[in-house]
Amino acid sequence: MTSAMLILVGCQLLGELLRATFQLPIPGPVIGMFLLALALGLRARRTGNDRTPAPLKPAAEGLIANMGLLFVPAGVGIIAEAGVIRKEWLPILVAVAGSTILSLIVTALVMHWTLRPTHTHDTNGEGRTS
Amino acid sequence: MNAALHHLWTPLSATPLLWLVVTLAAYVIGRQVQKACGGSPFASPVLIAILIVGATLLGTGTSYDTYFAGAQFIHFLLGPVTVALAVPLAENFALVRRHLSSIGLALLAGSLTSVISGVGLVWLLGGSRSVALSMAPKAVTTPIAMAVSDQIGGVPALTASLAILGGILAAIIGRHMLARFQIDDWRAHGLAAGVAGSGIAAAQVAALDEVGAAFAALGIGLNGLLTALLVPLLAALWR
Repeated sequence: MTSAMLILVGCQLLGELLRATFQLPIPGPVIGMFLLALALGLRARRTGNDRTPAPLKPAAEGLIANMGLLFVPAGVGIIAEAGVIRKEWLPILVAVAGSTILSLIVTALVMHWTLRPTHTHDTNGEGRTS
Repeated sequence: MNAALHHLWTPLSATPLLWLVVTLAAYVIGRQVQKACGGSPFASPVLIAILIVGATLLGTGTSYDTYFAGAQFIHFLLGPVTVALAVPLAENFALVRRHLSSIGLALLAGSLTSVISGVGLVWLLGGSRSVALSMAPKAVTTPIAMAVSDQIGGVPALTASLAILGGILAAIIGRHMLARFQIDDWRAHGLAAGVAGSGIAAAQVAALDEVGAAFAALGIGLNGLLTALLVPLLAALWR
Protein backbone atom coordinates (compact mmCIF):
# COMPACT_ATOMS: atom_id res chain seq x y z
CA MET A 1 0.00 0.00 0.00
CA THR A 2 2.71 2.51 0.94
CA SER A 3 4.84 1.59 -2.07
CA ALA A 4 1.81 2.00 -4.33
CA MET A 5 1.11 5.43 -2.84
CA LEU A 6 4.78 6.31 -3.37
CA ILE A 7 4.51 5.37 -7.05
CA LEU A 8 1.33 7.43 -7.54
CA VAL A 9 2.48 10.53 -5.65
CA GLY A 10 5.98 10.17 -7.15
CA CYS A 11 4.57 10.21 -10.69
CA GLN A 12 2.48 13.24 -9.78
CA LEU A 13 5.55 15.04 -8.43
CA LEU A 14 7.52 14.14 -11.56
CA GLY A 15 4.63 15.50 -13.64
CA GLU A 16 4.62 18.74 -11.66
CA LEU A 17 8.40 19.07 -12.09
CA LEU A 18 8.15 18.56 -15.86
CA ARG A 19 5.29 21.05 -16.06
CA ALA A 20 7.23 23.68 -14.14
CA THR A 21 10.47 23.06 -16.04
CA PHE A 22 9.00 23.21 -19.55
CA GLN A 23 6.15 25.63 -18.74
CA LEU A 24 3.62 23.08 -20.05
CA PRO A 25 -0.05 24.07 -20.08
CA ILE A 26 -1.03 20.54 -18.90
CA PRO A 27 -1.46 19.88 -15.16
CA GLY A 28 1.10 17.72 -13.36
CA PRO A 29 -1.21 14.79 -12.48
CA VAL A 30 -2.13 14.29 -16.16
CA ILE A 31 1.54 14.27 -17.16
CA GLY A 32 2.08 11.83 -14.27
CA MET A 33 -0.69 9.60 -15.62
CA PHE A 34 0.94 9.38 -19.04
CA LEU A 35 4.36 8.77 -17.45
CA LEU A 36 3.02 5.88 -15.35
CA ALA A 37 1.10 4.42 -18.30
CA LEU A 38 4.29 4.59 -20.37
CA ALA A 39 6.32 2.90 -17.62
CA LEU A 40 3.71 0.15 -17.20
CA GLY A 41 3.56 -0.32 -20.97
CA LEU A 42 7.35 -0.67 -21.23
CA ARG A 43 7.35 -3.10 -18.32
CA ALA A 44 4.61 -5.17 -19.99
CA ARG A 45 6.62 -5.34 -23.22
CA ARG A 46 9.74 -6.45 -21.34
CA THR A 47 8.03 -9.11 -19.23
CA GLY A 48 5.34 -10.08 -21.77
CA ASN A 49 2.70 -9.73 -19.08
CA ASP A 50 0.36 -6.76 -19.22
CA ARG A 51 -1.13 -7.19 -15.74
CA THR A 52 -0.14 -4.50 -13.26
CA PRO A 53 2.13 -5.65 -10.38
CA ALA A 54 0.42 -6.45 -7.09
CA PRO A 55 0.81 -3.48 -4.72
CA LEU A 56 -0.10 -0.91 -7.37
CA LYS A 57 -3.18 -2.56 -8.82
CA PRO A 58 -5.38 -2.85 -5.70
CA ALA A 59 -4.38 0.65 -4.56
CA ALA A 60 -5.25 2.15 -7.95
CA GLU A 61 -8.51 0.23 -8.14
CA GLY A 62 -9.46 1.27 -4.61
CA LEU A 63 -8.86 4.94 -5.41
CA ILE A 64 -10.73 4.77 -8.72
CA ALA A 65 -13.68 2.95 -7.13
CA ASN A 66 -14.11 5.86 -4.68
CA MET A 67 -13.27 8.64 -7.09
CA GLY A 68 -16.71 10.22 -6.65
CA LEU A 69 -15.87 11.19 -3.05
CA LEU A 70 -12.89 13.23 -4.22
CA PHE A 71 -15.12 15.59 -6.23
CA VAL A 72 -17.27 16.57 -3.27
CA PRO A 73 -15.05 19.36 -1.81
CA ALA A 74 -14.73 21.13 -5.20
CA GLY A 75 -18.42 20.52 -5.90
CA VAL A 76 -19.50 22.17 -2.67
CA GLY A 77 -17.78 25.28 -4.10
CA ILE A 78 -20.97 25.78 -6.10
CA ILE A 79 -22.47 27.48 -3.06
CA ALA A 80 -19.65 30.02 -3.14
CA GLU A 81 -20.60 30.78 -6.77
CA ALA A 82 -24.30 31.07 -5.97
CA GLY A 83 -24.38 34.77 -6.89
CA VAL A 84 -23.30 34.34 -10.53
CA ILE A 85 -25.35 31.18 -10.92
CA ARG A 86 -28.51 32.90 -9.64
CA LYS A 87 -27.98 35.86 -11.99
CA GLU A 88 -27.22 33.83 -15.12
CA TRP A 89 -28.92 30.54 -14.31
CA LEU A 90 -30.59 30.09 -17.69
CA PRO A 91 -27.51 30.36 -19.95
CA ILE A 92 -25.51 28.33 -17.41
CA LEU A 93 -27.98 25.47 -17.10
CA VAL A 94 -28.78 25.27 -20.82
CA ALA A 95 -25.12 25.46 -21.85
CA VAL A 96 -23.94 22.85 -19.31
CA ALA A 97 -26.73 20.43 -20.19
CA GLY A 98 -26.64 21.09 -23.95
CA SER A 99 -22.90 20.92 -24.44
CA THR A 100 -22.47 17.89 -22.17
CA ILE A 101 -25.19 15.90 -23.95
CA LEU A 102 -24.02 16.96 -27.44
CA SER A 103 -20.41 16.12 -26.68
CA LEU A 104 -21.38 12.76 -25.15
CA ILE A 105 -23.41 11.78 -28.21
CA VAL A 106 -20.94 13.11 -30.81
CA THR A 107 -17.97 11.34 -29.17
CA ALA A 108 -19.82 8.04 -28.82
CA LEU A 109 -21.30 8.16 -32.33
CA VAL A 110 -18.00 8.96 -34.07
CA MET A 111 -16.31 6.21 -32.03
CA HIS A 112 -19.13 3.78 -32.80
CA TRP A 113 -19.18 4.50 -36.56
CA THR A 114 -15.43 4.39 -37.04
CA LEU A 115 -15.05 1.23 -34.92
CA ARG A 116 -17.71 -0.76 -36.68
CA PRO A 117 -15.76 -1.88 -39.81
CA THR A 118 -12.73 -3.19 -37.89
CA HIS A 119 -15.00 -4.64 -35.25
CA THR A 120 -17.04 -6.83 -37.61
CA HIS A 121 -14.31 -7.23 -40.30
CA ASP A 122 -16.71 -6.36 -43.08
CA THR A 123 -17.70 -3.06 -44.60
CA ASN A 124 -21.09 -3.99 -46.00
CA GLY A 125 -22.36 -4.44 -42.47
CA GLU A 126 -26.06 -4.20 -41.93
CA GLY A 127 -27.39 -1.51 -39.68
CA ARG A 128 -25.02 1.16 -40.96
CA THR A 129 -27.98 3.38 -41.61
CA SER A 130 -29.27 3.16 -38.06
CA MET B 1 -28.34 26.79 19.03
CA ASN B 2 -28.32 26.47 22.83
CA ALA B 3 -25.34 27.43 24.96
CA ALA B 4 -23.95 23.94 25.59
CA LEU B 5 -24.07 23.04 21.92
CA HIS B 6 -22.52 26.37 21.03
CA HIS B 7 -19.75 25.64 23.51
CA LEU B 8 -18.99 22.38 21.71
CA TRP B 9 -19.50 23.73 18.20
CA THR B 10 -17.21 26.77 18.30
CA PRO B 11 -13.88 24.96 18.72
CA LEU B 12 -14.98 21.98 16.60
CA SER B 13 -16.09 23.98 13.57
CA ALA B 14 -12.62 25.43 13.18
CA THR B 15 -10.74 22.11 13.09
CA PRO B 16 -10.21 20.37 9.77
CA LEU B 17 -11.37 17.10 11.32
CA LEU B 18 -15.04 18.08 11.54
CA TRP B 19 -15.41 18.89 7.84
CA LEU B 20 -13.42 15.83 6.86
CA VAL B 21 -15.90 13.69 8.82
CA VAL B 22 -18.92 15.56 7.43
CA THR B 23 -17.70 15.06 3.83
CA LEU B 24 -17.02 11.35 4.33
CA ALA B 25 -20.33 10.81 6.12
CA ALA B 26 -22.28 12.66 3.42
CA TYR B 27 -20.69 10.49 0.72
CA VAL B 28 -21.39 7.28 2.65
CA ILE B 29 -25.02 8.37 2.99
CA GLY B 30 -25.08 9.10 -0.75
CA ARG B 31 -23.81 5.60 -1.47
CA GLN B 32 -26.42 4.04 0.83
CA VAL B 33 -29.16 6.03 -0.88
CA GLN B 34 -27.95 4.84 -4.29
CA LYS B 35 -27.87 1.25 -3.04
CA ALA B 36 -31.39 1.63 -1.66
CA CYS B 37 -32.48 2.92 -5.08
CA GLY B 38 -31.17 -0.24 -6.73
CA GLY B 39 -27.98 1.41 -8.02
CA SER B 40 -29.89 3.97 -10.07
CA PRO B 41 -27.56 6.57 -11.64
CA PHE B 42 -30.16 9.23 -10.79
CA ALA B 43 -29.27 8.81 -7.10
CA SER B 44 -25.73 10.11 -7.72
CA PRO B 45 -23.72 9.82 -4.47
CA VAL B 46 -21.62 12.85 -5.54
CA LEU B 47 -24.73 15.00 -5.98
CA ILE B 48 -26.31 13.77 -2.74
CA ALA B 49 -23.09 14.41 -0.80
CA ILE B 50 -22.73 17.92 -2.28
CA LEU B 51 -26.32 18.74 -1.32
CA ILE B 52 -25.88 17.43 2.25
CA VAL B 53 -22.59 19.26 2.82
CA GLY B 54 -23.89 22.43 1.12
CA ALA B 55 -27.01 22.44 3.30
CA THR B 56 -24.88 21.85 6.41
CA LEU B 57 -22.62 24.80 5.56
CA LEU B 58 -25.55 27.12 4.86
CA GLY B 59 -27.41 25.92 7.96
CA THR B 60 -24.45 26.52 10.26
CA GLY B 61 -23.28 29.71 8.56
CA THR B 62 -19.87 28.21 7.81
CA SER B 63 -17.80 29.78 5.01
CA TYR B 64 -16.52 27.70 2.11
CA ASP B 65 -12.94 28.58 3.06
CA THR B 66 -13.40 27.13 6.56
CA TYR B 67 -14.95 24.02 5.06
CA PHE B 68 -12.19 23.62 2.47
CA ALA B 69 -9.48 23.81 5.14
CA GLY B 70 -10.74 20.40 6.28
CA ALA B 71 -11.93 18.98 2.98
CA GLN B 72 -8.68 19.75 1.18
CA PHE B 73 -7.25 16.45 2.41
CA ILE B 74 -9.86 14.67 0.30
CA HIS B 75 -9.48 17.17 -2.56
CA PHE B 76 -5.73 16.48 -2.60
CA LEU B 77 -6.33 12.85 -3.61
CA LEU B 78 -7.63 14.03 -7.01
CA GLY B 79 -3.98 14.17 -8.11
CA PRO B 80 -3.03 10.57 -7.17
CA VAL B 81 -6.32 9.21 -8.56
CA THR B 82 -5.65 10.92 -11.89
CA VAL B 83 -2.25 9.19 -11.96
CA ALA B 84 -3.93 5.91 -10.93
CA LEU B 85 -6.03 6.00 -14.11
CA ALA B 86 -2.81 4.92 -15.85
CA VAL B 87 -3.43 1.38 -14.52
CA PRO B 88 -6.62 0.53 -16.49
CA LEU B 89 -5.13 2.46 -19.42
CA ALA B 90 -1.89 0.44 -19.47
CA GLU B 91 -3.71 -2.87 -19.11
CA ASN B 92 -5.64 -2.13 -22.27
CA PHE B 93 -2.85 -0.64 -24.37
CA ALA B 94 -3.30 -3.25 -27.11
CA LEU B 95 -6.97 -2.35 -27.45
CA VAL B 96 -6.21 1.37 -27.52
CA ARG B 97 -3.46 0.98 -30.13
CA ARG B 98 -5.77 -1.00 -32.40
CA HIS B 99 -8.32 1.83 -32.44
CA LEU B 100 -6.00 4.82 -32.43
CA SER B 101 -7.55 6.60 -35.43
CA SER B 102 -11.11 6.11 -34.16
CA ILE B 103 -10.11 7.48 -30.78
CA GLY B 104 -8.40 10.49 -32.34
CA LEU B 105 -11.39 11.37 -34.52
CA ALA B 106 -13.97 10.86 -31.76
CA LEU B 107 -11.87 12.87 -29.32
CA LEU B 108 -11.44 15.81 -31.69
CA ALA B 109 -15.14 15.84 -32.64
CA GLY B 110 -16.36 15.50 -29.04
CA SER B 111 -13.94 18.04 -27.62
CA LEU B 112 -14.72 20.71 -30.23
CA THR B 113 -18.46 20.06 -29.84
CA SER B 114 -18.22 20.58 -26.10
CA VAL B 115 -16.23 23.83 -26.26
CA ILE B 116 -18.11 25.43 -29.17
CA SER B 117 -21.63 24.46 -28.07
CA GLY B 118 -20.89 25.43 -24.45
CA VAL B 119 -19.60 28.91 -25.34
CA GLY B 120 -22.18 29.32 -28.12
CA LEU B 121 -25.17 28.51 -25.91
CA VAL B 122 -24.08 30.94 -23.18
CA TRP B 123 -23.59 33.64 -25.82
CA LEU B 124 -26.93 32.94 -27.53
CA LEU B 125 -28.82 33.16 -24.23
CA GLY B 126 -27.20 36.45 -23.31
CA GLY B 127 -24.76 35.21 -20.68
CA SER B 128 -21.70 37.26 -19.80
CA ARG B 129 -18.29 36.80 -21.38
CA SER B 130 -16.72 35.53 -18.15
CA VAL B 131 -19.39 32.82 -17.83
CA ALA B 132 -18.86 31.84 -21.49
CA LEU B 133 -15.09 31.59 -20.96
CA SER B 134 -15.64 29.63 -17.74
CA MET B 135 -17.83 27.24 -19.74
CA ALA B 136 -15.23 26.53 -22.47
CA PRO B 137 -12.96 24.09 -20.59
CA LYS B 138 -15.66 22.61 -18.30
CA ALA B 139 -15.71 19.13 -19.90
CA VAL B 140 -12.20 18.21 -18.81
CA THR B 141 -11.07 16.92 -15.47
CA THR B 142 -11.46 19.56 -12.72
CA PRO B 143 -7.78 20.46 -12.11
CA ILE B 144 -7.15 21.01 -15.86
CA ALA B 145 -10.43 22.86 -16.31
CA MET B 146 -9.57 25.31 -13.52
CA ALA B 147 -6.05 25.94 -14.85
CA VAL B 148 -7.30 26.60 -18.41
CA SER B 149 -10.15 28.81 -17.16
CA ASP B 150 -7.70 30.95 -15.23
CA GLN B 151 -5.45 31.23 -18.28
CA ILE B 152 -8.19 32.49 -20.65
CA GLY B 153 -9.92 34.90 -18.27
CA GLY B 154 -12.71 32.74 -16.89
CA VAL B 155 -13.54 32.23 -13.21
CA PRO B 156 -11.78 29.02 -12.05
CA ALA B 157 -14.19 28.32 -9.17
CA LEU B 158 -17.17 28.70 -11.48
CA THR B 159 -15.52 26.37 -14.00
CA ALA B 160 -15.02 23.77 -11.27
CA SER B 161 -18.73 23.99 -10.40
CA LEU B 162 -19.70 23.66 -14.08
CA ALA B 163 -17.33 20.71 -14.55
CA ILE B 164 -18.97 18.95 -11.62
CA LEU B 165 -22.50 19.76 -12.83
CA GLY B 166 -21.70 18.47 -16.34
CA GLY B 167 -19.98 15.38 -14.95
CA ILE B 168 -22.96 14.52 -12.74
CA LEU B 169 -25.32 15.01 -15.67
CA ALA B 170 -23.20 12.81 -17.95
CA ALA B 171 -23.01 10.13 -15.25
CA ILE B 172 -26.76 10.25 -14.70
CA ILE B 173 -28.04 10.23 -18.28
CA GLY B 174 -25.06 8.77 -20.17
CA ARG B 175 -26.24 5.18 -20.37
CA HIS B 176 -29.85 6.04 -21.23
CA MET B 177 -28.77 8.56 -23.85
CA LEU B 178 -26.36 6.21 -25.61
CA ALA B 179 -28.80 3.30 -25.39
CA ARG B 180 -31.27 5.46 -27.30
CA PHE B 181 -28.69 5.73 -30.12
CA GLN B 182 -28.17 1.97 -29.94
CA ILE B 183 -24.58 2.31 -28.76
CA ASP B 184 -23.85 -0.59 -26.44
CA ASP B 185 -20.09 -0.66 -26.97
CA TRP B 186 -18.05 -0.04 -23.79
CA ARG B 187 -15.22 1.46 -25.84
CA ALA B 188 -17.53 4.17 -27.24
CA HIS B 189 -19.31 4.60 -23.92
CA GLY B 190 -16.07 4.87 -21.93
CA LEU B 191 -14.44 7.37 -24.26
CA ALA B 192 -17.59 9.51 -24.43
CA ALA B 193 -17.86 9.53 -20.64
CA GLY B 194 -14.21 10.58 -20.32
CA VAL B 195 -14.43 13.29 -23.00
CA ALA B 196 -17.82 14.79 -22.08
CA GLY B 197 -18.08 14.14 -18.35
CA SER B 198 -14.48 13.68 -17.16
CA GLY B 199 -13.91 12.10 -13.76
CA ILE B 200 -17.45 11.81 -12.42
CA ALA B 201 -18.89 10.14 -15.51
CA ALA B 202 -15.73 8.04 -15.79
CA ALA B 203 -16.14 6.89 -12.19
CA GLN B 204 -19.64 5.70 -13.05
CA VAL B 205 -18.40 3.75 -16.09
CA ALA B 206 -15.27 2.46 -14.34
CA ALA B 207 -17.42 0.82 -11.68
CA LEU B 208 -19.26 -1.14 -14.37
CA ASP B 209 -16.68 -2.26 -16.93
CA GLU B 210 -12.88 -2.55 -17.15
CA VAL B 211 -12.62 -1.79 -20.87
CA GLY B 212 -14.92 1.18 -20.31
CA ALA B 213 -12.61 2.33 -17.52
CA ALA B 214 -9.57 2.18 -19.83
CA PHE B 215 -11.27 4.21 -22.58
CA ALA B 216 -12.65 6.66 -20.02
CA ALA B 217 -9.13 7.17 -18.63
CA LEU B 218 -7.88 7.77 -22.15
CA GLY B 219 -10.75 10.19 -22.81
CA ILE B 220 -9.95 12.21 -19.67
CA GLY B 221 -6.21 12.31 -20.36
CA LEU B 222 -6.37 13.07 -24.08
CA ASN B 223 -9.21 15.58 -23.77
CA GLY B 224 -7.30 17.30 -20.98
CA LEU B 225 -4.28 17.51 -23.26
CA LEU B 226 -6.28 18.70 -26.28
CA THR B 227 -8.33 21.24 -24.32
CA ALA B 228 -5.27 22.66 -22.59
CA LEU B 229 -3.74 23.29 -26.03
CA LEU B 230 -6.86 24.17 -28.03
CA VAL B 231 -9.01 26.36 -25.76
CA PRO B 232 -6.39 29.08 -25.15
CA LEU B 233 -5.92 29.26 -28.96
CA LEU B 234 -9.67 29.52 -29.61
CA ALA B 235 -10.05 32.08 -26.82
CA ALA B 236 -7.30 34.21 -28.37
CA LEU B 237 -9.28 34.25 -31.65
CA TRP B 238 -12.47 35.38 -29.87
CA ARG B 239 -11.61 38.88 -28.78
